[in-house]
Amino acid sequence: MNKPIAMRDALLYRVLDEMRSNENIFFVTADFGSPVLDSIRSEFPNQFVNVGIAEQNLINISSGLALEGYTVFAYAIAPFITMRCFEQLRVNLALLSEVRQLNVNLIGVGAGYSYVVSGPTHQCYEDITLIRSLPNFKLYSPSDHHIAGSLINYCINQHGPKYLRLDAQVLPELRTQVSNEELADGFQIIREGKDGLLIATGYMTHTAMTVANHLAKQEDLAVIDLFNLTGFDSRKLTAALRGYAAIFSLEESFIERGGLDAIIAPLLRHNKITAHFEAIGVHPSYSFELGTRQELHELVGIGKQAVTKRIKQTLNSFLEA
Amino acid sequence: MNKHLQKKVEWVWLETLRIHQKSPDTRVASSLSPIEIFVSLFYGGALKHFPTDPYNNERDRLIVSKGHGSISLYPILADLGFFDIEELDKICKKGGILGGIPDPIIPGYETVNGSLGHGLGVSTGIALALKRQRNRNSVFVLCGDGELHEGACWEAIMFAGHHGLDNLNLLVDNNSIAMLGFTDDIVTHGSLSSRLASFGWSTSEIDGHNIDEVNDTLHRQKATRQGKPKAIISKTLKGRGVKGLENQPLCHIINPKSETLEDILGAANE
Repeated sequence: MNKPIAMRDALLYRVLDEMRSNENIFFVTADFGSPVLDSIRSEFPNQFVNVGIAEQNLINISSGLALEGYTVFAYAIAPFITMRCFEQLRVNLALLSEVRQLNVNLIGVGAGYSYVVSGPTHQCYEDITLIRSLPNFKLYSPSDHHIAGSLINYCINQHGPKYLRLDAQVLPELRTQVSNEELADGFQIIREGKDGLLIATGYMTHTAMTVANHLAKQEDLAVIDLFNLTGFDSRKLTAALRGYAAIFSLEESFIERGGLDAIIAPLLRHNKITAHFEAIGVHPSYSFELGTRQELHELVGIGKQAVTKRIKQTLNSFLEA
Repeated sequence: MNKHLQKKVEWVWLETLRIHQKSPDTRVASSLSPIEIFVSLFYGGALKHFPTDPYNNERDRLIVSKGHGSISLYPILADLGFFDIEELDKICKKGGILGGIPDPIIPGYETVNGSLGHGLGVSTGIALALKRQRNRNSVFVLCGDGELHEGACWEAIMFAGHHGLDNLNLLVDNNSIAMLGFTDDIVTHGSLSSRLASFGWSTSEIDGHNIDEVNDTLHRQKATRQGKPKAIISKTLKGRGVKGLENQPLCHIINPKSETLEDILGAANE
């Protein structure tokens, strides 16, 4: 088993590897780095540029490069690459790709609370909602470095704008490998169970696994990791959602604002799946509280303890009913 | 004076008014100021273009960032065969391709326009790509002076200066008027030329209604490759030549009187 590495390193190693045989890849950063990026810069100075702290220009330059045929990777901190330049994403990627072929892959690092001590400017609870609102955009939210690294093939071979929301921290691995079929499905059942289902994305898949394991003596909970938030196999996912009394979505982003919960709820409704559904995530509000990621999660109700308690309560209420 | 080009300027001016008469929702005043630039690009030979193969890789790239102010480009593109001339009759109508603001569904337009402040950054990315690909063709981008209030323009101006993108030609249609008045009264650019120069650009200031000066400068600047991006600041009049419109601070949002249009177009038909 490999030692876990940061998602961004997993992906950037694969980008570097591709660049060694593909001079058509261009890497653009908004003054955001990583050790792997240093290798990309020194090995391929002709296919690399740092635009400085200027996300609007990051996207505009990327769009121009892509119009001339480059496969572009644009790299910055998640909230900045999605929000500072939102209209550039809309006009020069989403809208333009309706008419012109272009391939731009946004790598946003710092999903959810992963920049723990930097506070709400660097944390990111709105990106799923915002990117999902843009037609033509594809949105990936990997939960470990295996998924993050495997996305390289989509980045290279699939045209159009994409957003990859990556965790800033090194997370343990949830699988030892991922098959092409699972990648194409866009989700993976990583724990079987029959009493209830936790469907999660990104970091929260780890929380879901911990909670399911913790509750194993009382409840038999299944866990699905949904890492493709715009292009999952809807038929297969619908089938995987059937047969549970209760389904919980878990996301490290705002709920009731168009995030993961807004992906799952309509699937249940349209397919007449009558399971009890609960959205677990961050209630839309900002906080300046300090602490570890786990402490912040407990504060907003998405920590392991808070989630365990909530799921237990819900499932117990079924028993009482 | 290059009589051939001057005649084209006059023809485009009339055709622009004709289009506006058909569709009064179009922005006529801002479309009248850059006519000489369009004529130099498309009839004066400044822009390498391929009407029946608009994305030919040997073309010079033209990004019309002040898209709303380019309905004067419609008759030129139709005349050259980028699209069927009958499209001009379908302007802003169902089934047509020519909108009040042009989109890249129109052959000859490369990017999405409308929201201001986007074209210069995208053009800069295109210029960088052509440099890295050793493609010798040029990039032209047309911006308004009001548009240069957008901060994203200055991110691109900084970047292009730093990287010495001497294949990039910024054409400023400096008609001095934004939507609610004179640019200088809103937020002044001071000397646009010295501002751009301080960002590492080479600049020239010209009379944008002197077709010879426009055409000579576009050709000269295009050929100049001295490690600096180039700006041509073209002093123009918004609503040029139309009574009640020309250089009026609110001409962006007022239309010429229908009698004025009828007088001009009636006289032209005689």
